[in-house]
Amino acid sequence: MNKTRLQLMLCGGTGCDSTGSEKVRIALLQEIEKHGLSEEVQIIVTGCNGFCAVGPVMVVQPEGIFYQKIQPEDAKELVDSHFLKGTPIQRLMYKNPANKKIIPKMDDIPFFSSQVFRAMRNKGLIDPEVIDEYIARDGYFAAAKALNEMSPDDIIKEMLESGLRGRGGAGFPAGMKWRFAKEAQGDVKYVLCNADEGDPGAFMDRSILESDPHSVIEGMIIAAKAINAHKGYIYCRSEYPLAVKRLNIAIEQAKNYGLLGEDILGSGFEFDVEVYQGAGAFVCGEETALMRSIEGKRGMPIPRPPFPAHKGLWKKPTILNNVETLANVPQIILNGGKWYASVGTATSKGTKVFALSGDVCNIGLVEVPMGTTIRKLVYDIGGGVPDKRKFKAVQLGGPSGGCVPEQYLDTPIDYEEITKVGAIMGSGGAIVMDNTTCMVDMARYFMDFIQDESCGKCTPCREGTKRILTLLENMCKGKGQPGDIEQLEELCEVVKHSSLCGLGQTASNPVLSTLKYFRDEYEAHIFDKTCPAKTCPALVKFEVDPNKCKMCGLCFKGCPADAIQWEKKAVAVIDKTKCIKCMSCYDRCKFDAIM
Amino acid sequence: MKNSIRPKHPDITSEMWDTIDEIIAKWKNTPGSVITVLRECQDVVRYLPSELLHYISYGMGLPLSQVFGVATFYSFFSLTPKGRHTIKVCTGTACYVKGIKETINRIYGKYNLKEGGTTEDRRFSLEGVRCLGACGLAPVMVVNKDVHGAVSADKVVQILEKYE
Ligand SMILES: Cc1cc2nc3c(=O)[nH]c(=O)nc-3n(C[C@H](O)[C@H](O)[C@H](O)COP(=O)(O)O)c2cc1C
Ligand code: SF4
Ligand code: SF4
Ligand code: FES
Ligand code: FES
Repeated sequence: MNKTRLQLMLCGGTGCDSTGSEKVRIALLQEIEKHGLSEEVQIIVTGCNGFCAVGPVMVVQPEGIFYQKIQPEDAKELVDSHFLKGTPIQRLMYKNPANKKIIPKMDDIPFFSSQVFRAMRNKGLIDPEVIDEYIARDGYFAAAKALNEMSPDDIIKEMLESGLRGRGGAGFPAGMKWRFAKEAQGDVKYVLCNADEGDPGAFMDRSILESDPHSVIEGMIIAAKAINAHKGYIYCRSEYPLAVKRLNIAIEQAKNYGLLGEDILGSGFEFDVEVYQGAGAFVCGEETALMRSIEGKRGMPIPRPPFPAHKGLWKKPTILNNVETLANVPQIILNGGKWYASVGTATSKGTKVFALSGDVCNIGLVEVPMGTTIRKLVYDIGGGVPDKRKFKAVQLGGPSGGCVPEQYLDTPIDYEEITKVGAIMGSGGAIVMDNTTCMVDMARYFMDFIQDESCGKCTPCREGTKRILTLLENMCKGKGQPGDIEQLEELCEVVKHSSLCGLGQTASNPVLSTLKYFRDEYEAHIFDKTCPAKTCPALVKFEVDPNKCKMCGLCFKGCPADAIQWEKKAVAVIDKTKCIKCMSCYDRCKFDAIM
Repeated sequence: MKNSIRPKHPDITSEMWDTIDEIIAKWKNTPGSVITVLRECQDVVRYLPSELLHYISYGMGLPLSQVFGVATFYSFFSLTPKGRHTIKVCTGTACYVKGIKETINRIYGKYNLKEGGTTEDRRFSLEGVRCLGACGLAPVMVVNKDVHGAVSADKVVQILEKYE
């Protein structure tokens, strides 16, 4: 494709962009030009590399050297020492936290070496704004094959054989959904891509769209052929401006190459895609609400049946698939369903992308084979919990999901197995929590979210979630009453069983799962008026324990309200009349002396 | 549309009205485009005064109830004016676990500013948004277009003071 000697794959994803990768790019470019290396050394700005925790990151190809936390000032040394003299800079390499050994190559770093890249196969390897780079990695070969050599039934057969299940959360087999839509009567049909990514702690789909938008478009072309649709929409959150921009560029380029539009690749097949931006409503991720939203209405769910495969967008047969689901499709068509199914468990095939975050060392985007244990995800790839704190739970599935505590860490990543322990696979949000996270407060957090996002159509969802939230808020404020837990459980059951859409039906999960594993924390809030994790300000006394205070004065220095008296070699004292309960002293104290 | 039917509004200049007319003309015949029109108009005026919603309803030939219904349903749309600087605090799960709540409290303590609100001097507006995709930097705050990572309560005021 090009004859450069070195390619600098500099991450331009959201994480690295905000830690300054653009400045690094400019500095590198200047140094490269200054040394007359422009022909030999090429900078390629990629989408998220995955290892956001140590950004800005850059991989030097073909050597595969991984650099982290690069600053503009490092550009000179990089060019002088590495690109000219061939001596890579150790200072900027990854160090194994366990033994402080330097690991120069990306593939040897544990964070990457346990991963298997399928949906993210091109991440960090191509410039997402250049279609030729996608094509050079076999891009659009699958579309060509599907359009010219395969019948709709052939495509659906491969999809069924692959065992690919929807990655948007519900896990419905993609091939089956396509078959229903194919069999539905009608000359106008639609293919939709769900890029609404509502889980408020997840960014898998965003990264795929930003780093490899063509893979999703190609997946949609194949889906269109399978059901005989000629129009598609990608429903993307408006909070993702970069994803929208890259999708639009990708669509434009695909049109220019004859990969979208009339008579694609001479096959006689016609298909067009448009990006539709959402406007900030979680419920619009639900399929029927999403379709109402594209129609320009308030995004409220409607009862099913009729299912979208028969009556969807504008009442026409429609399929809706998640971004990650679609990004897997081209490889299934190219390599066969059997190949895809060769990885995974009995009922969950292939790989799953997770956005690993929270109290974990290696925050970032990871893709693992189904069947990998959650322990491996959190410890081997995630590097465990930082600051010598203790692991408490990992939350999967966001506001519709639940938490997996220590004792179930060996659960394999598998739709059914995860459900058994009270969580859900979800769309891929995985938030690690340490012992400073209060589980009652977490349940309150998710209920606050749900309550805010309920569209209000069903009374149990609208009113029930409000009442659940009030109960949880009271507990966090120290106003919990005996009997509250039972009332919570009852309300949760009602909301679960009498709501119309998935939002209401799953809204109770975060409460029920924390109740199941951390009932003692609820009880402590209600009966002892204490918060064991010490995160609910109303339940912290804001007193200094003289036995634990080491007289360091850290709390004093950070108090914004002048509420702490402290002198050298004296125990700190908090003036409660001045204290604004900001928790700063609590966070700063290294000796756990604030009660 | 003719200038004479444009309502008067202190926050909408005549250039803005021109742009608004262009937006309406562009989308008028596309079914389902009202959300797009509202977004593009909000980009121009920075919020959606009710006079503007009336104008859009008339221009698009849509019932006023549908335009208002859509504008109030989606959190992206604001019917009240915005401050000179928009602060977006991430209230996604990762940022919450890492302590964005204390940061928000500190902003409230200093500027008497709550989520969804604007300071009296229209210096700041504060919005809560869900996951900005930069969880590695949690807790995250975006002021206008600048992303700030690891904004602890202790650091937030110092950062905001730079925005006049
Ligand atoms: C309240 C609610 C929100 C949802 N949000 C999303 C979302 O943000 N992204 C997504 O892909 N699916 C979301 N879903 C699931 C979709 O309804 C749908 O099942 C999915 O997009 C189908 O694609 P898949 O089969 O490829 O997973 C949501 C469901 C509900 C009930
Ligand atoms: S369950 Fe909740 S979000 Fe879903 S339709 Fe009913 S009220 Fe709306
Ligand atoms: S909670 Fe905040 S205001 Fe109160 S004593 Fe601690 S640092 Fe000072
Ligand atoms: S944004 Fe650069 S690694 Fe994720
Ligand atoms: S939760 Fe705040 S950036 Fe992801």
